[in-house]
Amino acid sequence: MTIELEQHIDPQLVPILEKVYDPEIPVLSIMDMGVVRSAKWIDNVVQVKITPTYSGCPAMDVIGDDIVRAFEEVDIKAKVSLVLSPAWTTDWITSKGRKALEEYGIAAPLEENADKEALLGGKKIVKCTHCGSKTTKLVSQFGSTACKALFQCEDCLEPFDYFKCLK
Amino acid sequence: MKNENLIQYICGVADNALILGQRLSELCGHGPNLETDIALTNMALDLLGQTRSYYQYAAQLSDKDKTEDDIAFLRVERQYKNVLLVEQPNTHFGYVITRQFFYDVFHLLLLQELQTSKDETLSAIAKKAIKEVSYHQRFSSDWIKRLGDGTEESHQKVQEAVNDLWKFTDELFHMTQDDRLAVDSRIGIDVTTLKEKYYQRIGEVLEEATLTIPEIKWFQKGGKQGIHSEHMGYLLADLQYMQRTYPNMKW
Repeated sequence: MTIELEQHIDPQLVPILEKVYDPEIPVLSIMDMGVVRSAKWIDNVVQVKITPTYSGCPAMDVIGDDIVRAFEEVDIKAKVSLVLSPAWTTDWITSKGRKALEEYGIAAPLEENADKEALLGGKKIVKCTHCGSKTTKLVSQFGSTACKALFQCEDCLEPFDYFKCLK
Repeated sequence: MKNENLIQYICGVADNALILGQRLSELCGHGPNLETDIALTNMALDLLGQTRSYYQYAAQLSDKDKTEDDIAFLRVERQYKNVLLVEQPNTHFGYVITRQFFYDVFHLLLLQELQTSKDETLSAIAKKAIKEVSYHQRFSSDWIKRLGDGTEESHQKVQEAVNDLWKFTDELFHMTQDDRLAVDSRIGIDVTTLKEKYYQRIGEVLEEATLTIPEIKWFQKGGKQGIHSEHMGYLLADLQYMQRTYPNMKW
């Protein structure tokens, strides 16, 4: 478990990495999610370093395997390791990624206190992914996965996921 | 600081997360409603994830050929150094939330200090975990307020839990020999310095929740020395079942 302060991704490897998707949010590539910290050639092997979104995120093992498989398909040997520092933040999700989330029905992260504000009756800023209304309420701070909170729209009454802001 | 002592220090921090994570996992499928069920298991997942990071590091430091699984599953009761608070059983939801709240407040204070540790790995784990634990504290504090300032019954039940679990809070601030060594090497945290802030934060939330702070001056201790309550054996039997029944099994 090392520390990888700067992001170093060999541009040639990007198209391969872009083919790997988060198993729990299949519209979001790991590049758009911002979990790839480095990818470079070291002695004929591609060394990829990824950072977990949450410490216990079970998707990380699958993502690691998927990366190795994606490189295998183009006859490249890859090794994946996990880095913890600096810790992942939702700011690393790209604008393309945010758009993909919204289209998939998950509200993209806004600001740190958006869900708390919703719970305590403060300002409402989380937009319903179905009808676009901002009259929404927090149902639970923890949703179907560690990275999401559960919201409900008070206009169209549909529930939806909100990607929690992590800074 | 010798590796051996550092490993003990790391386990002292990590065992709390493992055991509390295990307690919360027991509630999977048994939460009072779907949302709290998911929340409690999500918190369990965070805690177990953090535990893995700590144990992987401890295994790396060990000169014997150990893995994170050996540390998690193959120790005997006396070798676990978690505080008594986290092993207390899931009596009812008020208890679960109170135990969580009493631990979360401490956990967050500890991690805030641990991120400045001279040890890069511990500091990295702490920085990652802080984000998760802030959420836990928010969740448990909110529920303390909802239950305390809720119905007559919820108030009475959560007050009972506060009174019962209060005696376990002082142990959070005890220092072991390994803790002291870690503090001397600027790796570990002197937990005694967190005590005042801890009781202040707890007091603020309890007050807002219209709950009374117990006037109990007698505290229970032992977990940090490996002397656990009667609940620990049952918990470990469950936790270690697979590794004991099918030694060396892997996922």
